[in-house]
Amino acid sequence: MKKTVRSNLITIGIVVIAYIIVQILISTGNISSLMKGLLVPMCVYAIAAVSLNLTVGILGELSLGHAGFMCVGAFSSAFFSKCMKMFVPGMPAGVRFLIAILIGAALAGLFGLLIGIPVLRLKGDYLAIVTLAFGEIIKNIVNILYLGIDENGVHFSMKNSLDLNMENSDNIIINGAQGITGTPNDSNFTVGIILLVVTLLIVLNLIHSRDGRAIMAIRDNTIAAESVGIPVTKYKLMAFSISAALAGVAGVLYAHNLSTLTALPKNFGYNQSIMILVFVVLGGMGNIRGSVIAAVVLTLLPELLRGVVSDSRMLIYAIVLIVIMLFNWAPACLEWREKVAASVKTKLGKKNVSKEVQ
Amino acid sequence: MSFITYLINGISLGSVYALIALGYTMVYGIAKMLNFAHGDVIMVGGFTCYTICSTMGMHPLLGILVSVVVCTVLGITIEKIAYKPLRKASSPLAVLITAIGVSYFLQNIALLIFGANAKSFTSVVDMEAVKLADGEIVISGVTIVTIVSCIVIMIALMLFINKTKMGQAMLAVSEDKGAAQLMGINVNGTISLTFAIGSALAAIAGVLLCSAYPSLTPYTGSMPGIKAFVAAVFGGIGSIPGAFIGGILLGVIQIFSQAYINSQMADAIVFAVLIVVLLVKPTGLLGKNIQEKV
Amino acid sequence: MAILEVKNLSISFGGLRAVDDFNITIEKGRLYGLIGPNGAGKTTVFNLLTGVYKPSEGIITLDGQNITGKKTIDINRAGIARTFQNIRLFKELTVLDNVKVGLHNHKQYGTLTGILRLPKFHKTEKAMNQEALELLKVFGLENEADTLASNLPYGKQRKLEIARALATKPKLLLLDEPAAGMNPNETQELMDTIRFVRKHFDMTILLIEHDMKLVSGICEELTVLNFGHVLCQGKTTDVLNNPEVIKAYLGE
Repeated sequence: MKKTVRSNLITIGIVVIAYIIVQILISTGNISSLMKGLLVPMCVYAIAAVSLNLTVGILGELSLGHAGFMCVGAFSSAFFSKCMKMFVPGMPAGVRFLIAILIGAALAGLFGLLIGIPVLRLKGDYLAIVTLAFGEIIKNIVNILYLGIDENGVHFSMKNSLDLNMENSDNIIINGAQGITGTPNDSNFTVGIILLVVTLLIVLNLIHSRDGRAIMAIRDNTIAAESVGIPVTKYKLMAFSISAALAGVAGVLYAHNLSTLTALPKNFGYNQSIMILVFVVLGGMGNIRGSVIAAVVLTLLPELLRGVVSDSRMLIYAIVLIVIMLFNWAPACLEWREKVAASVKTKLGKKNVSKEVQ
Repeated sequence: MSFITYLINGISLGSVYALIALGYTMVYGIAKMLNFAHGDVIMVGGFTCYTICSTMGMHPLLGILVSVVVCTVLGITIEKIAYKPLRKASSPLAVLITAIGVSYFLQNIALLIFGANAKSFTSVVDMEAVKLADGEIVISGVTIVTIVSCIVIMIALMLFINKTKMGQAMLAVSEDKGAAQLMGINVNGTISLTFAIGSALAAIAGVLLCSAYPSLTPYTGSMPGIKAFVAAVFGGIGSIPGAFIGGILLGVIQIFSQAYINSQMADAIVFAVLIVVLLVKPTGLLGKNIQEKV
Repeated sequence: MAILEVKNLSISFGGLRAVDDFNITIEKGRLYGLIGPNGAGKTTVFNLLTGVYKPSEGIITLDGQNITGKKTIDINRAGIARTFQNIRLFKELTVLDNVKVGLHNHKQYGTLTGILRLPKFHKTEKAMNQEALELLKVFGLENEADTLASNLPYGKQRKLEIARALATKPKLLLLDEPAAGMNPNETQELMDTIRFVRKHFDMTILLIEHDMKLVSGICEELTVLNFGHVLCQGKTTDVLNNPEVIKAYLGE
């Protein structure tokens, strides 16, 4: 019990210390503008990775549609914030953003629940492809969504902006593939870190509680979990929808960091879902701290490589990814590592012994 | 009349999906892995053919031949270097992520060599379009060649698997690696052969795909790869006739949705159909059902 | 009073009648054995009793309550817990957590209480730890409480599975080949443990076993199953001396 508490504190401590270091770097002017631009995305990906780890590492189900839930969170919250900015300009930014986060999380969580009910009956690769499909459907639908509000009420179409029949095109809030423009810029690094810490607290506390144990029991052996009276469907849905809701939070943070929000393959497509999965697997499945570190390092890596080898940086990224996977997972490699570790140990041990003799 | 045109175009696109899906499904059946890099092998096939035909000005047939050879070698190499060491890894996710790494690798190599701008691919098919019903139905040469080659390849593959020793060995390995090994089957060789065949099919699919849709970029293979994967799951992953049927159906559904519903929603509809199929029949149309024993 | 009453229980897989017209009555506090050759349908009976399979015919009554056709989790809540022939532990959880999962339905708090770490969380977790540790002590596992279940030696894994089943506070405990893979010393120790569990928890136990020494050593009554049919039923000594039973085991 105490060991887990300490481990959780270390995880959160690392985040807080990293935050303080970055703040010092910023105030002393030791950070490039490029790097500054990466601070919020790093928080976005860290939150996304931690939340996906809840599905992949803790629940043990493979999901390739996580970016879809980010998309739901991003668009629902950006829609809300832009409406408030247009119609209730007096609302304080802090209150507006807080409500936006709750809306994004709630809607993404609801999507997670609705998708999870039919889908979680499937297993393994089938679940993976269906979640991927749902993610793509969400992205696709967002791209043909047209929504505007004026004095005549709400206008809605799934064809084009003309179909909205609005006199003033400035009142179009969601404009199909052009997305949402003019979302208030409520995200910043501090907010990102706060949301990351909250996400960590929720996930870590959930894992080390009665519900978390039940979820991990289902992961380890579903049949045994049923035999001791664990309601499997309930806990699968709980883990999946909490995971989706937190992905929604990552989406909210992402949306409020941009002036124009669009749903593209690169930010909300399956490629993004796969990217988040890469963070989770490299950081260690079920290892929450690892997810945060992997997300930060892998977001930084291509940018750090930019200075050294600008053309081939993504190529190097790919090679690094393959090599790490082989190094960490190939049974032959693991054996070799153990051998090396053992021989180093005995060498060190011999040295100690010989010292004692002398 | 346009209905028939759409149907034929759908079957043609579906034939390409089927060729890719065959590779997916064979590799899945034998290595139990989702080869995310399979789509990018298509792209490599397309670029190889482009280099031979457009850049070097050689005959299209040579282009096809070289791309088949290049992709086959590539497929075997990828399996040997990146997948084989992870065959006995403790989590199936390890090889999945590695496949993603290979996919990035291929895309970025292509990006370095050919740049991000789309290349215009010259069709390898030099055949007049066929006009039917007083010119109301026009079927392009590429369409005919695609459908015919898909059917020929499909029949050849079925014969190979059911009638030859190597084909039977493949079935045996996909059923039970350990038992196959005990029966004296060369498991590693059989897996290599599967990757070789899958990649050769991908090369042909790549050339045909680019002939029909001539814009070629490093990311060309990505979406068709995913679609073919969907087709394989749709038909029941691991099943060769399933991949064929799944591919054709998917192509037809996609072209019909583009024509009759909404071109932007075509992908979403394809995915929605997949979801419905899996929810009704969780192992796909022709998939086998295996239950865990208590 | 009978804890378990099973009448005319049958199930078919395709054309095969794996269990046919199975009847059994187990009195409270009894140590009951279910034996028979391989493939006789013993584990299928367990799977029927615990709701893994739905019976085609028959009625199962647990302590006066009809549980026929109920789901596994509801049957566990009604009072049947089991172990498995091929051990099924929560491998990546600690020994203590394995037992705490068993306590899931008996010591409760809500999801929010857990996430917000409200006082009730700490109070309940403390009580859970205490109860789980007591159970582990019964099986001599208290020193391995923080070990991962997968790192336990085989014999202890079998014991942990029993401890986890007991944590659900069952009225009837089903043990599926508890001595499988054990050496004679371990089997002897297991027999003592099973006797102790029966006495300490006032438990009714139904067990499947091949080890005749264990069966004749601790079971008071036996049912012999052969090809899905009940071959013979009654007091252990009577059953083991029945010529039909000897024939089924040794052949003609």
